[in-house]
Amino acid sequence: MSNIADRIRNLPSGDHTGAASHFARRAIEEGSARVAYSAVESPIGDLTALVTPRGLLALAFETDDLDRIMETVAAKVSPRIVRAQSATGVVRSWLDSYFDGRPQPVPGLDRSLITPFQDRVLAATAAIPLGEVRTYGQVASLAGNPKAARATGRALGANPIPVVLPCHRVVAADGSLHGYAGGLDRKRLLLDHERAISV
Amino acid sequence: MNLPPFQRLVDQHARALHRFLCGMVGPDAADDCLQDTLLAALRSYEGLRHDGNLRGWLFTIARRKGIDHVRKHAREIPSSSPPDQPAQPEAVRDTDLWDRVARLPTKQRTAVTLRYLGDLPYADIASIMSISEPAARQNVRAGLASLRKELA
Repeated sequence: MSNIADRIRNLPSGDHTGAASHFARRAIEEGSARVAYSAVESPIGDLTALVTPRGLLALAFETDDLDRIMETVAAKVSPRIVRAQSATGVVRSWLDSYFDGRPQPVPGLDRSLITPFQDRVLAATAAIPLGEVRTYGQVASLAGNPKAARATGRALGANPIPVVLPCHRVVAADGSLHGYAGGLDRKRLLLDHERAISV
Repeated sequence: MNLPPFQRLVDQHARALHRFLCGMVGPDAADDCLQDTLLAALRSYEGLRHDGNLRGWLFTIARRKGIDHVRKHAREIPSSSPPDQPAQPEAVRDTDLWDRVARLPTKQRTAVTLRYLGDLPYADIASIMSISEPAARQNVRAGLASLRKELA
């Protein structure tokens, strides 16, 4: 007879993942989860959307350090974070429309990760018409601080909700793309896409 | 100490918690007990003061859920397969062993399942069960001895 402890260790117990995702759904329904997230497919790679009852909190590229983002959210917003497809439907349909060439008004946002200065800068980028770009200096002026081009660049680089808050519409004074948290290829793809659908 | 995102705890420990609950309440009820365990943990998560042993904290909650469930369903004998289900090879299901684990006295069942299904060290088992470490070892030994005798 085989060792009894080993037999217990090897007992088949079935899959726990169904129960784990049911838990996440119930946690959102009853309000004990404060932040929910899931992956969302897009033409610029898988994105991870983090939402709260107030709206979209953050959008991460697949090249971002998701663990670090989750830790920031846990510390600054709430550690009650669960993974659930059901919570990110609004973001998913907004992104689908946008990439299908039917951009919609900005969805509900949770600005907990956005500083007041950053909020002004990002509002200025949201005012740039689709298919157009502005320079860092121009956006700094629009945000009410013409001398703060560098700070503006930093605020844009730390945009927690890229694509939806279009920091990609800001380029260097010489017209070069300059930089993007998601990489210059993604910035180029987004600007090409917006030029194509704006005509 | 900063609390990690709750989902990370789920990803790290849900499988072991589920196996532990299978031993405590049987495979059929383990899904519900796991959901209840995770919900209870999440509800009290924010502001939780912990010493770094979040796994032990989760198992403490799971143990309570498991014992509550067994008390509520005291007259039913947990079974992982309904009687009309065609018999499967022992090696695949080993339902007999599940049932026998489930019929152990509560303390022995808890200690044995924490050790071999939850894969926890004796220090954690002792703290989860609020008993001494030697007592935890003794409960595991007694549980195993009783199973060995029944299955011999």
